[in-house]
Amino acid sequence: MSRSNPLQESRTARLGLVLLALAYVGLVLLIPLGAVFAEAFAEGIGAWYAAITEPDALSAIRLTLLVAAIAVPLNLVFGIAAAWAIAKHDFRGKAFLTTLIDLPFSVSPVVAGLIFILLFGGQGWFGPLLQDSGLQIIFALPGMVLATIFVTFPFIAREVIPLMEEQGKSDEEAALTLGASGWQLLWHVTLPNVRWGLLYGVLLANARAMGEFGAVSVVSGHIRGETNTMPLQVEVLYNEYNFVAAFAVASLLALLALVTLALKSYLEWRHRDVLAARGH
Amino acid sequence: MSTLTLAARPAPMMRRKRQKSSLPGLPLALGITITWLSLIVLVPLSAIFVKSGSEGWQAFWNAALSDRALAAYRLSFGSALLAAIINAVFGLVVAWVLVRYAFPGKRLLSALVDLPFALPTAVAGIALTAIYAPNGMIGSYLANSGIAVAYRPAGVVVALVFIGLPFVVRTVEPVLAQVSREMEEAAVTLGATRLQTFLWVVLPTIFPALATGFALAFARGAGEYGSVIFIAGNMPYVSEIAPLLIVTQLEEYDYAGATAIGVVMLIVSFAMLFLINALQVWQRRRVA
Repeated sequence: MSRSNPLQESRTARLGLVLLALAYVGLVLLIPLGAVFAEAFAEGIGAWYAAITEPDALSAIRLTLLVAAIAVPLNLVFGIAAAWAIAKHDFRGKAFLTTLIDLPFSVSPVVAGLIFILLFGGQGWFGPLLQDSGLQIIFALPGMVLATIFVTFPFIAREVIPLMEEQGKSDEEAALTLGASGWQLLWHVTLPNVRWGLLYGVLLANARAMGEFGAVSVVSGHIRGETNTMPLQVEVLYNEYNFVAAFAVASLLALLALVTLALKSYLEWRHRDVLAARGH
Repeated sequence: MSTLTLAARPAPMMRRKRQKSSLPGLPLALGITITWLSLIVLVPLSAIFVKSGSEGWQAFWNAALSDRALAAYRLSFGSALLAAIINAVFGLVVAWVLVRYAFPGKRLLSALVDLPFALPTAVAGIALTAIYAPNGMIGSYLANSGIAVAYRPAGVVVALVFIGLPFVVRTVEPVLAQVSREMEEAAVTLGATRLQTFLWVVLPTIFPALATGFALAFARGAGEYGSVIFIAGNMPYVSEIAPLLIVTQLEEYDYAGATAIGVVMLIVSFAMLFLINALQVWQRRRVA
């Protein structure tokens, strides 16, 4: 059959479009990713290893893990509560609430940092109060955690809400008829049903939490070895023209991104299977 | 599944008749949601508006509309616009190829599109700078033909193209997958060529999604900081983006100035959020 299908582009057009897409993604995304690793290992694996095991780098890694370990679980609890309220119930103002949850996505990270300075900084609303009680939020861990929670706020909720809506309420209603309590419903019925979506949201929130730069940069004060997370440490090293060390720390973050993408692709693939098996 | 994106908004079930849910736990769940939302988002955001009001209108306008601030808005919004246009064109090609064709490496291409969501912005920033610097991999070629990208306003566009691509692809992709082939068949029966079918049948159907992706990429780009500051050069009036000006003023303890610019950025964010909501309602009607 040599006649062309009128619903399909010609072979040449298809080939051209595929090549164009590959070239664009290659130029815009793949080359920068490759550059991170090329620069990180520019002076050999020894220099790379020395750069990531240096005390300031290690303390940046520890702080990054700590901030994410506080921010992500808090947003997980919030995400489940928000999804339970929005997906399983009807109430006035639901659409508005959904929009408000999305709000942090459209706020510049720098503005996200600024608002916490205005609240808790030296001249902020609670500044004098904090000073009297000797608590420090800005230029310290609590401020960085708050800014991180703000920027990762919608991630988990918005992955779980559509999934819970899609699954409806029949499983829960059946369990309720059999005498299950509210917590049993949540723990044994609802959460297992949305576990892929939850994991997916946690993955994205975690990547953003560990990689957040603008918001955390504004509230951190850049105290070396104390309030520098990995992205901030990258900036400090880069501005000192210590490029190999900057890219070495950056390569760890790029590795985290690759692991996130791999898990994400795996979950999508897995999830598709589960949905197909259920006859969706 | 289209929930995999930051772009696709969950369809709220609002037009249905409101009835009391049979499931327990609404007061507790709603209580946690509203408390957490207020503490983390609403109260802090209101602080910036209260602060900007406390300085008086005149001081606010002077800071928000100073020449340096205006130049920064022009750069931030202008490069975000340009980057979003570039991504709308090429992002549509990428989405089209991912939905319609089978080819080797498709899964990898699809996974790679999400890279900007996962790669920290600072990492993207230093990598792009290394590539486009005059001695970099691409920068050295460009330098030979007399084009400078790094440390120039053009560098801002390069960074924002990187940041914005997945917003367009991930918004258009699920909608393109829903477009009914029957419409295209009908067009062909009526004698339309492939290009005419695309322009007059497919494109109008997916246009709201394309506009949504464009708006999301623009909104993200206008506020972007981490990936831009390394490559931009950061010269006041020339290559200084608005978020950087906020940071600079904070470092100079000019809280009123930083707040004024922050308020302008926030108002634009709210307007974009409103627009994106409207576009998504439009898209749902079009596909339904």
